[in-house]
Amino acid sequence: MGNVSNKYLAGVSLQKETELETAKQKQPGDISGEPLQKKPAKRSSRIFSSLYLVLVLLFIYLPIVYLVLFSFNEGKSQTNFVGFSLRWYESLFKDRTMLESIYVTLIVAVISTVVSTVVGTISAIGLSKARRLIRSVVLEINNLPVLNPDIVTAIGLMLLFMSIKLQPGMLTLILSHISFCTPFVILSVMPKLRQLDDNVAEAALDLGATPWKALTKVIIPQIYPAILTGALLAFSMSLDDFVVSYFNAGPGINTISMYVESMKRYNLSVNAMATLFVVVVALILLLTNLVPIIKDKKAQKEEPRNV
Amino acid sequence: MKSFFRMSYPYCLWIGVFIVAPMLMIFLYAITNTGNSTLTFQFTLDNFARFIRDPDFIRILLTSLRIALLTTVVCLLIGYPAALFIANLPDRKQTFMILLMTLPMWINMVLKTYAWRGILLNFDFSSEFKVFIGMVYDFLPFMIIQIHTAIAKLDPNLLIAAHDLGANNVKSFLKVTLPLSVPGIISGITLVFLPAVSSFFIPRMLGNGEVILIGNLIELCFKKTGDWNFGSAISLIMALIIITAMWATRKLDRSAEED
Repeated sequence: MGNVSNKYLAGVSLQKETELETAKQKQPGDISGEPLQKKPAKRSSRIFSSLYLVLVLLFIYLPIVYLVLFSFNEGKSQTNFVGFSLRWYESLFKDRTMLESIYVTLIVAVISTVVSTVVGTISAIGLSKARRLIRSVVLEINNLPVLNPDIVTAIGLMLLFMSIKLQPGMLTLILSHISFCTPFVILSVMPKLRQLDDNVAEAALDLGATPWKALTKVIIPQIYPAILTGALLAFSMSLDDFVVSYFNAGPGINTISMYVESMKRYNLSVNAMATLFVVVVALILLLTNLVPIIKDKKAQKEEPRNV
Repeated sequence: MKSFFRMSYPYCLWIGVFIVAPMLMIFLYAITNTGNSTLTFQFTLDNFARFIRDPDFIRILLTSLRIALLTTVVCLLIGYPAALFIANLPDRKQTFMILLMTLPMWINMVLKTYAWRGILLNFDFSSEFKVFIGMVYDFLPFMIIQIHTAIAKLDPNLLIAAHDLGANNVKSFLKVTLPLSVPGIISGITLVFLPAVSSFFIPRMLGNGEVILIGNLIELCFKKTGDWNFGSAISLIMALIIITAMWATRKLDRSAEED
């Protein structure tokens, strides 16, 4: 189920690509496609809509604020905030099972991201040159894990591993992650490949480049952003997954989600761990979102001088 | 460069093993008995009959459908206005708002559900209502984003034209924005209903052992009772329901377009 968020994120990132493309195509002087200015809304309705959005945001951020707040609770209670302390962070770093689950989660995410990105990129390039029938059949099958409920994907893989007598363990866990991440890498790389001008790679070959050179010096650099998007998607899907891991990890192997889900008693160390996650995610997103904005602003400042 | 198509061969094999074979195995297990031993199995529809005949299983199925449907409707009711209001913001604020809405999606869903378990301790709700809140929370962003994408794509000139032709705000919303945002509504409904009907960790974490949905039943068959044949049959029934639901939504969309 966790995958769905990322299924959706796949949609957003793809969409952003195309939006960027269309934005780039528009020339500054060309106003034919520019919409007329919207009429500003009435003040009362503006206040109402802002209020509504603030309420929705409060709802969306409530659990995150809660996780962070209670990670600093001096007491054990999940409902009663007594005072500020860092004791739950201390016990997090002493809790071996929890640290192990973080380690397993990261190892699985890194391996499955690397493998699915490489496999997905190579396959997407191959598919883009394959016959139309083969391409559409493969892409159709490729879509199955995207559309299937996670639990169906999960038990299917479990049955497969059982039938080939593969004992559930780290290997099955990693294989299952690779198999649900790869389709998403292909989905993010494929549209970019379609936009490529075949003639450029063709020209490289005519000029004496080996196919390997044409691939690494011409094709890959052009689709690089899409590969990165795919890799990021695979990584976050793997981190977020619960269902597939639950059915395919062997006994004694826990990812973070499996560990937290199976907890019988409340443990505020989980809040501490969640807080660390929030900080890491916030930092990454801040960096990836701020850097382009700062670059944009610099470019905007420099532009008038050039004119 | 034509030879590059050979690079797709390994993946053809890969999807055969890791996508097609698992689906076939679920199907095979569903229509056989004693499937645990490959030599002695027999084809049968008993697994399906067992599910349909048992009132307990049917009740679980109906509960799953009820909660999933309610979640979808509430997500739509909360999400549509939110998406519309976001789309009406100036461009820069719009990007920022979407970023704010999607930010929490990067945090593990199990962790967020765990947080709700703590928050809901303060309230005296029924277990089913707690599960429902958890689901609305987890899936609401999908609805908002899908609908927002559809509305943001609209050509603003259409609304201006509607105003010039004498439509007031309500009328231009009903005649222009709403019909043209239907594709977003459809994909939003899909993205909420599908995980809601098949979810199993939300009821496990928030249901206090009192809410058993179809996902939990499947999990029980595979993890506890070891009855894989029955579990596979239930998965197929669930897949069938989901496919039917998608088909019906698309159909509704088409007939709405024809009107």
